[in-house]
Amino acid sequence: MALYEHVFIARQDISSQQVEGLIDMMQAVLEENDGKITKIEYWGLKSLAYRVKKNRKGHYSLLNIDASHAAVAELERRISLNDDIIRSMTLRVDEHEADDSVQMRNKNRDERRGSRREDGGDRRRDDRPRDDRPRESKPSEGEAS
Amino acid sequence: MSQGRRPFGRRKKSCPFSGPNAPVIDYKDTRLLQRYVSERGKIVPRRITAVSSKKQRELARAIKRSRFLSLMPYTVDH
Repeated sequence: MALYEHVFIARQDISSQQVEGLIDMMQAVLEENDGKITKIEYWGLKSLAYRVKKNRKGHYSLLNIDASHAAVAELERRISLNDDIIRSMTLRVDEHEADDSVQMRNKNRDERRGSRREDGGDRRRDDRPRDDRPRESKPSEGEAS
Repeated sequence: MSQGRRPFGRRKKSCPFSGPNAPVIDYKDTRLLQRYVSERGKIVPRRITAVSSKKQRELARAIKRSRFLSLMPYTVDH
């Protein structure tokens, strides 16, 4: 069966237990159609980059799905009927990420940062500099002649 | 190449997504994508960032997905 990544955003005023309820509902829909969820990530209540259906924040979750197209179509239909889900996206992928996605890693790192005093070191895993966005106003960059 | 017209010795930059330990372009990785977007939220052209055309297409796709999920803004309006 095909592999999918599904991200959905739930309304900000519902609780994280209700988000779990939504995930259970999705799981049930998929299992009815012989699909399964291989991984669930809850990214938490994040602020949105712009307002979506009057919401400024939303509960983000990621599901890794192994199901047929029909099961995913049914899932999307059910989601579109659900008012608690303000946005969702399903992507067909060739393979699932084995460990946590970037968002989850960032979330965990931020939590660790909060309690950094105990373990005493900055454990940023990447060594990228903070701000090295490409300089914008350079003329004649990369010109061929 | 074209050394004579480059008195200030600007090296040819190579694509940041090619090579052995290049980062993977992922729509979830907003920290990475943020660097290829202007302050107004527009995708920076590859003539400035030196991303290869294949990777630029991939990058643009990732940024657009990220925008749809409201992880990144379509525009930064003041």
